[in-house]
Amino acid sequence: MATQTNTIAGACVDAGGSALGMPQLCAEWMPNQIFWLIVTLIAIFFVMSRIALPRIGAVLAERSGTITNDIAAAEDFKNKAAEAETAYEQALTDARAKAQEIIAKAKAEIQADLDVALQKADAAIAAKAAESETAIGEIRDSAIKNITEVATDTAKELVLALGGTADATTITAAVNARMKG
Amino acid sequence: MTQVAIEPETKGGLVFHPLDQFIVKPAFGDGAVNWYTVTNLTVWMGIILLAIFALFVLGSRGRAIIPSRVQSIGELMYGFIYKMIEDITGKDGVKYFPYIMTLFVFILFANFIALIPMSYSPTSMIAVTATLGFGSFVAITILGFVKHGASFLKLFWMSDAPLFLRPIIAVIEVISYLVRPVSLSIRLGGNIAAGHVVLKVFAGFAALAVASPAAILGIIAIYGLEVLVAGIQAYVFTILICVYLKDALHPHH
Repeated sequence: MATQTNTIAGACVDAGGSALGMPQLCAEWMPNQIFWLIVTLIAIFFVMSRIALPRIGAVLAERSGTITNDIAAAEDFKNKAAEAETAYEQALTDARAKAQEIIAKAKAEIQADLDVALQKADAAIAAKAAESETAIGEIRDSAIKNITEVATDTAKELVLALGGTADATTITAAVNARMKG
Repeated sequence: MTQVAIEPETKGGLVFHPLDQFIVKPAFGDGAVNWYTVTNLTVWMGIILLAIFALFVLGSRGRAIIPSRVQSIGELMYGFIYKMIEDITGKDGVKYFPYIMTLFVFILFANFIALIPMSYSPTSMIAVTATLGFGSFVAITILGFVKHGASFLKLFWMSDAPLFLRPIIAVIEVISYLVRPVSLSIRLGGNIAAGHVVLKVFAGFAALAVASPAAILGIIAIYGLEVLVAGIQAYVFTILICVYLKDALHPHH
């Protein structure tokens, strides 16, 4: 029955405006639908192929290019950072070595200065000691001489007092002999 | 499909006209629907075109490296279909990208815009889906013959099968090949039309006080389902076109 209504022109809608049968099968409307579908598809095709798709494709390509470049730049920066780190480490090592050198040099200089000062001090001490020894020697000599004189005089007086004759040379020799003992 | 079953009777205050939404009528004034008449279908075709223009042309007018929201939707669809073609048909299928993209966005937008209440759904009309299906089928078949000449027929000749089975398989293959456009158009049109009819039937029940809560819940549920169907049917149509295009470009398995 439905197919029957389709074949009758103008019979797809009843008097009340409701569909008779399936509107999908109404042959009367099909040319209209197909015509407007084709018009729409052609319009969409032109919009897509002439404007939208090239534009979006270009944007996507540009984006992937930008991302690739950015990644490459980041890689570059990373390498530079690594280089800088190596240079820094090198500088640090160099500085350490130099510092060690300077310390060693300073130590050597101080040592040399110290040695010189020590030598000077030793020399001064030695000179002072020698001087003191001489002075002590002189004092001792003069003391012995005085004692000898006193002893000789005392011995001469003793001999005279005891009634002997005092020969000066004999007494001196005797005193000297006694002093040595 | 008797008229009584489809043509609703008014009984107990319930009015069912689930098929009235598919009626084609002149958009301005009354009269006959000629092939050139501007109809409600024309108006909605125009809205579909405008929506596509808005998304893909206005949305991407910034040509931004960092896309705006609308531009990123367009890019997503571009990438989705581009990748689909590349995966299924291979590199040499990419030059048919604008055609397949046109089909996809038309079906997708028609399906989704048809879900706006009071709208008209072009993809529920068998004349529209059959034009899409048979049009693509004829174009792809011609392409196959142009590219490969008579050796395109090797698509139906299974050289792997035992010799005595080959003619039988060839017959089956030819039939299944010829059924492709029919299944394409019926699948799309049937799914969309059925969904809209079901929505209208639930809407009819909503007029009945007792049934209206259930009917409204039903409408919400079916509407959600129809949103899925709208996307899936556009996807299925497009992916099948890609598969058929692959057969035309590489018929020798």
